[in-house]
Amino acid sequence: MEKFTQLTGVAAPLPIINLDTDKIFPAIYLKTIKRTGLSQWLFQEIRFRADGSENPDFVLNQAPYRNAKILIGADNFGCGSSREHAPWALLDFGIRCIIAPSFADIFYNNCFKNGVLPIALHKEIVDELMEDARKGANAVMTIDLETQTITRPDGDKVHFELDAFRKHCLLNGLDDIGLTEQKSAEIGVYEEKARLARPWQFGMTQPRT
Amino acid sequence: MTEAMAQPRTLFDKIWESHVIAPQGEGTYLIYIDLHLIHEVTTPQAFEGLKLAGRKVRRPDATMAVADHNIPTTNRAAGVAGIANHESKLQVDVLERNVREFGVPYFAIDSIDQGIVHIIGPEQGLSQPGMTIVCGDSHTATHGAMGALAFGIGTSEVEHVLATQTLIQAPAKNMLIEVNGALGAGVSPKDVILAIIAKIGTAGGTGHVFEYAGSTFRDMSMEGRMTVCNMSIEAGARAGLVAPDEKTIAYVMGRPFAPKGAAWEQAVAYWRTLPSDPGAKYDKEAHLDAADIAPHVTWGTNPEQAAPITGRVPDPARIDDPLRRAAVERALQYMQLKPNTLLTEVPVQRVFIGSCTNSRIEDLRAAAAIAKGRKVADGVTALVVPGSGHVKHQAEEEGLDRVFLEAGFQWRDAGCSMCMSMNDDKAMNGERIASTSNRNFEGRQGKNAKTHLMGPAMAAAAAVTGHLADVRQLG
Repeated sequence: MEKFTQLTGVAAPLPIINLDTDKIFPAIYLKTIKRTGLSQWLFQEIRFRADGSENPDFVLNQAPYRNAKILIGADNFGCGSSREHAPWALLDFGIRCIIAPSFADIFYNNCFKNGVLPIALHKEIVDELMEDARKGANAVMTIDLETQTITRPDGDKVHFELDAFRKHCLLNGLDDIGLTEQKSAEIGVYEEKARLARPWQFGMTQPRT
Repeated sequence: MTEAMAQPRTLFDKIWESHVIAPQGEGTYLIYIDLHLIHEVTTPQAFEGLKLAGRKVRRPDATMAVADHNIPTTNRAAGVAGIANHESKLQVDVLERNVREFGVPYFAIDSIDQGIVHIIGPEQGLSQPGMTIVCGDSHTATHGAMGALAFGIGTSEVEHVLATQTLIQAPAKNMLIEVNGALGAGVSPKDVILAIIAKIGTAGGTGHVFEYAGSTFRDMSMEGRMTVCNMSIEAGARAGLVAPDEKTIAYVMGRPFAPKGAAWEQAVAYWRTLPSDPGAKYDKEAHLDAADIAPHVTWGTNPEQAAPITGRVPDPARIDDPLRRAAVERALQYMQLKPNTLLTEVPVQRVFIGSCTNSRIEDLRAAAAIAKGRKVADGVTALVVPGSGHVKHQAEEEGLDRVFLEAGFQWRDAGCSMCMSMNDDKAMNGERIASTSNRNFEGRQGKNAKTHLMGPAMAAAAAVTGHLADVRQLG
């Protein structure tokens, strides 16, 4: 996973509440067995017209926002399916940070596994950032993870909260599995206890004779 | 009171605490996973990751695989070779190769044991009270009906569980959803959950695990509880639980993967300790009265946009919040519905009875009771897709297949089918669908497809009348 330390880029406004993962990445393209190159299907239904051409009304098809690295979203961003294809496609497009008043739990988790930073802030502050994001080429923001600050286009700074463990993993680009494997002795001890307490759960899916 | 006296705990608290291995940073824990269900869509990248890192599956004996999303619902005797779509076939081929290579048990697609992953977990006795259960699918909450903590995860987490049998998680908060009283005639568990979502909203449960309590759920069948828990995610909750009771224990008993003999006695004794303690605290609560719940349908493009069938399409002009008004306007534009239209006047072209929400035997019985002696309306295509090979077999034993076929419904093989249209079953040309599935998102059932969610008897009523209909009027 790529480290996330500091990010400077254009922020695109996407004021759609309950933006679901089917809208971010339609189910029909879940047939892929890859996790790269998925941005071609990102926001398919709203980004492209029926004939396959770009919908000029969609924000990410407009000049300064084609290179957006940040999205400013609305409540319950990423609701619906657990598909990690949604953050994979956003990342492939170049989005590394999403700021919204609230996120759906699974989408929020999935972002961190891919070096994408979701930031939840009070709605009033997101409304202000949404206005900033409407400034086109001037909608440039800087996210500094170490100090947990967003620098707005006018230079004002906004603080955001983040779980310390998740911050540590993002800053260092750490792979969760590698970290967990360092605890393999503790997992082994837990399994021995569980085997005594709930023995019927062990060997459970093995074929019965 | 002494300090030694434990705080009363909820069902969720008990399952969570018994699965914590170690803290992992502030507010985050490493927890153990008892059962990992996998399917073909969200695992190829996870197995690829394992291979690249030279890792193994830690507990194949706690993992079960099945292909469901891409599976055709006809010509199943042909096996994987019968999957016409190249990409769908590739995904199933890759799953079959991965389960062989990593030694993971698998229900093959031509086996009677095959079915939708959330149908077969409980059906096979794999999903049991007190377990932690995960699957790369947000409707994993279904298994919460067994009194298990079951939730959907992304593919990176699938890989994490395959490699370590653990997950790094922050504990959820507890939310009590209490419904009391008897459901009216023609009102189904689907209506209960649609009414709950309409009341609290699609984000009403974010960060929480629901516990469904009250006499309505106590009196509900296991199948009905599964329908309710299934859609917990549509209210934003990670999981939904019903406390295990005698009904739960009777349901698990004798199923293929259920404990037997002395292990059964030990398991049952443990399961009886799980229900929430009297006085346990919840962070949030919602209360509904069963008598107030009418058969529901959705009119919009997310599951909270639902109303009693006796109602009308809402008028966005009456919504103050600009983003909410814009969302309703967009939904009505997509659904091609005019404000204030009577819901019973909305015609449908297609009916889908199936999905992990409503494809169990009880659902098929409810739909068949309405279909019996009636005909699918002209211009309507209606599909019945059982949730598993066993559900299909039982329905055929009961003669339900003949009821459906005589009424003009199509009778298919088990799979996810038109719930999200990854196989060949999809709405054509923007058709309007009465669907027993769980999501009415734009484009989910086909390009420009207009989905109305409802229970199985309501969907059958729509099929025979050709429009959204109040099943209570059909008797």
